Amino acid sequence: MVASTTSLGRSGLHDWVIQRITAVVLAVYVVYLSAFVFSADSLTFAAWQGLFGQTWFKIFSLISIAALSFHAWIGMWVISTDYIKPTGIRLVFQALLILSCFAFIIWGAQILWSV
Amino acid sequence: MLFSIYRYNPETDKKPRMQDYELNIEEGSDIMLLDALIALKEQEPTLSFRRSCREGVCGSDGLNINGKNGLACITPVSSLGKKVVVRPLPGLPVIRDLVVDMQQFYRQYEKIRPYLINNDEPPARERLQSPEDREKLDGLYECILCACCTTSCPSFWWNPDKFIGPSGLLQAYRFIIDSRDTETSSRLADLDDAYSLFRCRGIMNCVDVCPKGLNPTQAIGHIRSMMLQQGL
Repeated sequence: MVASTTSLGRSGLHDWVIQRITAVVLAVYVVYLSAFVFSADSLTFAAWQGLFGQTWFKIFSLISIAALSFHAWIGMWVISTDYIKPTGIRLVFQALLILSCFAFIIWGAQILWSV
Repeated sequence: MLFSIYRYNPETDKKPRMQDYELNIEEGSDIMLLDALIALKEQEPTLSFRRSCREGVCGSDGLNINGKNGLACITPVSSLGKKVVVRPLPGLPVIRDLVVDMQQFYRQYEKIRPYLINNDEPPARERLQSPEDREKLDGLYECILCACCTTSCPSFWWNPDKFIGPSGLLQAYRFIIDSRDTETSSRLADLDDAYSLFRCRGIMNCVDVCPKGLNPTQAIGHIRSMMLQQGL
């Protein structure tokens, strides 16, 4: 079988492992951020800036944005190969998917480091 | 009792249709769906379906019964309600009425090399296996290739040419885990593309419908764990 060219990983195992690792990262990030939101007395600008001003949280956030992008890439790639049968439409869909995943990571980095 | 049966003869019909049939089943008695179909064939000799052993061993009469795949020969009509809707197994081309073309299913089975491969010198008498190693094949070797699981799997419907399907993967694990087989690594490597094994999304229709009570999803999980151990 010809190797899949637009998938994130080069093998099924590769994609499967990345999918699970990124899921764990996302779970930890969501739990941490929820805990922050629900435990804060009042969500003021200062509280948000205090959280996002720290370098470690910027890195954690950027890794989570990357995890979300990779997770979406793998998941949407699977959906496209299941349901989009015409090759041309599938190629366009996959190209837009991959470009937007990278765009979100770069945009996210820019927002995070502007705080 | 009312039966609604899928009828289609590609040579004469433009499209398939559902046809109703009445069958009198004696009060207080129960028969298997296959016996009912055989009785209906007396009324309507052109009605086509496959059957052979009529006791759930050969796997010939896999059908979609009231929306769920199963073997007609071991499904009592008493379990099916007032109206029984019988269709061919989904996802495979229909040859006629309830008879489907199993070629795609067998092609996937062939891919997993369903036979023992041992490159060691043959012993004088036979390759022995400990009772513990033999036990590992329980829940795997019982598969009768009826295709009830594979044709209930949406991943197989969308990619029947690339996804091995639950039945083939259960069989793959049966040979991967066999202590007498020496091709474990290459068997695992053969499944390491985006489709063959990894298109399983854990829907578990296969476990729900298997007439032999087997668990392909669990076998697929075991194959993934073995791959991961080699890949890390």
